[in-house]
Amino acid sequence: MSLIEVKNVKYAYNYGSQDAIVAVNDVSFGIEEGEFVALVGHNGSGKSTLAKMLNGLIIPLDGDVLIDGMNTRDDSLLYDIRRQIGVVFQNPDNQMVATIIEDDIAFGPENLGLDPKEIRERVDWALGAVGMEKHKKGMPFRLSGGQKQRVAIAGVLAIKPRVLVLDESTSMLDPKGRTEVLNVIKRLNKEENITVVLITHYMDEATDADRIIILNKGKIAHIGGKEIFLEEDRLRSYGLNVPTHIHIANSLRQGGMDIGQIWTERELEEEICRLL
Amino acid sequence: MPIVIENLSYTYSPNTVFAHDALKNVHMTIDDGEFVGIIGHTGSGKSTLVLHLNGLIKLTSGKILVNDIDLSKKYDYKKLRSTVGIVFQYPEYQLFDETVEKDIAFGPKNLGLSKEEVAYRVRTAMEMVGLDYEIIKDRSPFELSGGQKRRAALAGVIAMHPKILILDEPTAGLDPKGKENILELVHSIKKASQVTVIMISHNMDEINEHCTRVAVLNQGELVYYLKPSELVERSLELGKMGLDIPTSARIARRLRKKGINIKTGIHKQDELIAEVLKLYKGERA
Repeated sequence: MSLIEVKNVKYAYNYGSQDAIVAVNDVSFGIEEGEFVALVGHNGSGKSTLAKMLNGLIIPLDGDVLIDGMNTRDDSLLYDIRRQIGVVFQNPDNQMVATIIEDDIAFGPENLGLDPKEIRERVDWALGAVGMEKHKKGMPFRLSGGQKQRVAIAGVLAIKPRVLVLDESTSMLDPKGRTEVLNVIKRLNKEENITVVLITHYMDEATDADRIIILNKGKIAHIGGKEIFLEEDRLRSYGLNVPTHIHIANSLRQGGMDIGQIWTERELEEEICRLL
Repeated sequence: MPIVIENLSYTYSPNTVFAHDALKNVHMTIDDGEFVGIIGHTGSGKSTLVLHLNGLIKLTSGKILVNDIDLSKKYDYKKLRSTVGIVFQYPEYQLFDETVEKDIAFGPKNLGLSKEEVAYRVRTAMEMVGLDYEIIKDRSPFELSGGQKRRAALAGVIAMHPKILILDEPTAGLDPKGKENILELVHSIKKASQVTVIMISHNMDEINEHCTRVAVLNQGELVYYLKPSELVERSLELGKMGLDIPTSARIARRLRKKGINIKTGIHKQDELIAEVLKLYKGERA
């Protein structure tokens, strides 16, 4: 059994009224412990609805979501489910609860009723894991966007979840902040073996994932690896595009150049050098 | 008349411990009909600069001329704000009225225009941003999709018929298709109305694909104000500021370093593709 199992889930907003909007329609997938999965799709494709289903903020109208075998339908399990799944949202400003950064991180573990020594350890560990230990006595409002979002991630980490769900957590950040946050996420996945579900519509963020799940109009359009980047027209039909360097590679192939398989800019450059 | 900015400086919370120099001696001119990009990391002064241009931040030091309005003297706010339209970040959060039509009409109505003129402007603005007037006009702006909301908010500014349109990160938070649509829209508005466009963005690729000149701000200073083809040759300096050149320019530069004879100044992906294919075909011929 997978750590996360999503089985034939369906959800509609305003269900039962005449302006019902089907957001997720018969979606199934599994995610294994330690995996890094990118969930991508256009605006309104159902990504965020699915994210909220993973920790029981939304209960599917049909189908089931199982986290380590626990069904989100069962109210009595929700507390345990939310200890396993930590969600980081889009706007870091909405996720701060305290005026001092270390207090903010301590909020979660305090609510778990842990003893002070354990809380202290977790706060230090979480801030270290996102590279913000120097700021622990600082105030959140003084931080840059990328730093704030790293603090928000630390706040979730302090609960020691097995899964980190990031719901467009980089979309309000500048390029530097985005890189900071993505590096932290990659490290947590590799070094702490935290399962990552990265929700995004930046395809270049998806290139780091083990698997890519593409949603289109509430349905699954693709589950698999990066080969999907070679199908630019298909991605366009889902309202997505490919990273610029992959678009360049695809166009050069169309122009008759025999460019091999490339995933990074460096690989593209080597291929061009080989052919010129 | 162009926009002329001379020796512009601005300090937040002056004479306090929180004093912060947001802009330092900025000089720049923007000609009529230009499409100027402003780029810089968070806190570089981009927003402080554009907020000066329609008087939302009061000029305290230096000189600004917008068309023939001198912001260092007493001036007509209404006239300035009907000349310069700003579309803020996430403009969809500023929608407020019961219907889309009323929301877009709010600005023009406050200019004291006739009913007929207001109605005409609302209809044409909606058509310009690709919202179907008959279908959408009576709907609540809050029922629209994310992309439609942003278009409606943009229409509210366009209906003011500004001569200068300022866009603060117009594509933030949109998916790739939505981004493309908004940028195409800006181009079509520009073509139809000859408006001068100033666009703030974090995305070098976006700026270099679309703008005639790019202003680079760093810690309140205007470091570069160049054509995209000139800017991409400053990759080292930009890197030090935490900015990057566009992907196509970066690849072109590294290929040149490896001894491949690629022309300088490439800043669009289509240019790079064409250049590489030209070299490839030359080689084979």
